[in-house]
Amino acid sequence: MKNRWIALYVENQVGVLAKVSGLFSGKAYNLQSLTVGTTEDETISRMTICVASDDITFEQIKKQLNRMVEVIKVIDLTGVPIHMKEILFAKVLGISADEKAEVFRIAQVFGVEVTDIGSDSALLECKLTERRNNELIALLRSKFRRIEVVRGGAVAIESISTSCR
Amino acid sequence: MDITGRKLFVKALQEEGVDTIFGYPGGTVTDLFDELYKQDGINVVLPRHEQGLIHEAEGYARSTGKTGVCLVTSGPGATNIITGLADAHYDSIPLVCFTGQVPLSLIGNDAFQEVDIVGMTRSITKYGVTVQRREDLGRIIKMAFHIAATGRPGPVLIDLPKNIQTTAGPAEYPSSVQIRGYKPNENVHVGQLKKAYKLLRTAKRPLILAGGGIHIARANDLLLKFVEKTRIPVVTTVMGNGAIPTGNSLYVGNSGMHGRYAANIAVSECDVLFSIGTRFNDRITGDLNEFAPKAKIVHIDMDTASISRNVVVDVPVVSDAKLALEKLLEWAESKDTEAWLNQIAAWEQTNPLAMRRDHGMTPQMIFEHVNRTFGEAIYVTDVGQHQMWACQYLELDSWHQLITSGGLGTMGFGLPAAIGASLGNPGKEVVCFCGDGGMQMNIQEMATAVTQGTPVIVCVFNNYYLGMVRQMQQLFYGKRYEATCLRRRRTCPATCKGPNPACPPYTPDFVALAESYGAYGIRVEREEEIQAALDEARTHKDAPTIIEFMISSDEIVLPMVKGGNPNSEMILK
Repeated sequence: MKNRWIALYVENQVGVLAKVSGLFSGKAYNLQSLTVGTTEDETISRMTICVASDDITFEQIKKQLNRMVEVIKVIDLTGVPIHMKEILFAKVLGISADEKAEVFRIAQVFGVEVTDIGSDSALLECKLTERRNNELIALLRSKFRRIEVVRGGAVAIESISTSCR
Repeated sequence: MDITGRKLFVKALQEEGVDTIFGYPGGTVTDLFDELYKQDGINVVLPRHEQGLIHEAEGYARSTGKTGVCLVTSGPGATNIITGLADAHYDSIPLVCFTGQVPLSLIGNDAFQEVDIVGMTRSITKYGVTVQRREDLGRIIKMAFHIAATGRPGPVLIDLPKNIQTTAGPAEYPSSVQIRGYKPNENVHVGQLKKAYKLLRTAKRPLILAGGGIHIARANDLLLKFVEKTRIPVVTTVMGNGAIPTGNSLYVGNSGMHGRYAANIAVSECDVLFSIGTRFNDRITGDLNEFAPKAKIVHIDMDTASISRNVVVDVPVVSDAKLALEKLLEWAESKDTEAWLNQIAAWEQTNPLAMRRDHGMTPQMIFEHVNRTFGEAIYVTDVGQHQMWACQYLELDSWHQLITSGGLGTMGFGLPAAIGASLGNPGKEVVCFCGDGGMQMNIQEMATAVTQGTPVIVCVFNNYYLGMVRQMQQLFYGKRYEATCLRRRRTCPATCKGPNPACPPYTPDFVALAESYGAYGIRVEREEEIQAALDEARTHKDAPTIIEFMISSDEIVLPMVKGGNPNSEMILK
């Protein structure tokens, strides 16, 4: 079992998201994250899907997606150079002045913005890879008593020239 | 000039060449029925229940190859067709089902008879959509007929809000439609197929496994030619039964849970399994680790998602069965398979398919009489023991001769499907086999058969039990016959060892019931009465006949492979 990524072009219509997500629940596929938004063509949406699966199941997932009438194209992002980012807001609550300084240091190291601040709290706005976001959350959790996290799920696009993810 | 949605609906059906529509009216579809009243090219069949309705459409579609068309109202009308949608989905039957819907302005309000039928059926339809704009109606109907019948066929659902039906809009019905996400495979990869054929040519113990895809593609004649040329033996799935004539010397039998002994052993011993149009359902494979353990497996299927899903195959070929066989026939050459055929014949001799003949009437005897009596009939089964016996003992010799619910295994399928088959094939004899349990699941369709004048012959195998489950209780559950005896009443003792003279009478009386519907009823208790009953039933051309065969509840379907066990481990006695 490992995480794999699929980009999916679908018709931008009522019920398509339900149909795609229903496939994963109905066939007991392990959906990790799914994001969706319209593309440059507003009749088409693009989904970025992360699933945890073995090789055989992953092949089957791609085939099942492919045969849906509403699915226009399935792109397997495994081994393809891509750019991938996930939006994450992390609020750190109930912190002292010293701890606030620590938040700023962490933000600097991770290259994320402190985008809002209160007397005993700070809000980080992060646009990192999913893994990097996981690491940031783990760090914040280890250092501070209360954090509040909201994540957007990753979006990915094929690289033009680089091979960095 | 603009026309209303309801007018376009009828125009679309006419342009699609629809001659029969199975419809049950209700509040949200009255406009459509009113429009159907005004035309005369399309026969509107009124069933007695929507579940019966959709199975009738399935029977019509399965027997004619045409798309079955259903029209039901919103809410309960729509939810009542769900079982049939799943049935058609599993067996790849082309249907276009129109469901009424409350006006768009009321959707989401929990309005009277409002259900989200598209949401409910998403996983059991090939495509489903609620029409949101009147101007899309023509394109959507065109899409539905196209999607239902092409590629791997299946049911399509169109949810039609009431206001769309009455709103004026474009009168055009498109002659074709482009769907960017739907491109069914129309070719065969010759390289892959060559690889597959090479395997077959060099095999010592080759075996063809034919599934329902052969029937769907109408590839029976081609398969027969291929088989006769190459002398390769054939086994079938339940849905593939009759892929080549069952009387052909190269036909071994059905394989799988209730397959023929020789067929299952042949699958276990073959060195190349050349499968066409099957999805390797668990009823066919048994224990996957032990399935065809010595074989390289070729899999030809229309549906890419069916390939290497259950069974990992060595040579996958995405293709329609007919296209593939046409190509294969170009290469086919005679092959010496005598030793292998003799081996299979020897297995057959050790455990031939047969029931006892020493006391009383058996299902085998009934099927033997049926085989002698009907030449060109369409056979339809319900689901259960009789269905497996039908697959074992019926002689089939062309593609349209056996209609059965193979994938979903829907009790209550038989009678309505037989009516649909009869409506699609006027003048042709249609014989339905049914258990006493399944017969009561859509018994109300007897009224449909009478009012439509479809002279189906319904052979009810009455053993007083839900026999297939009883059989499992007998073999695997210590004969604890919980909830399978259909004679059981509240006055019966708490535990029961089986039939005895104190058992209450069976209800209903099928003969009296048939007569109350205005149909014919005959009861057969002994073998000597079988032929006369069949002969009499055939003379009834105006209404259906129920022949109730009183058979022993001890009769079980053998061979049997316990679910999850290897196919080579069959219970034979």
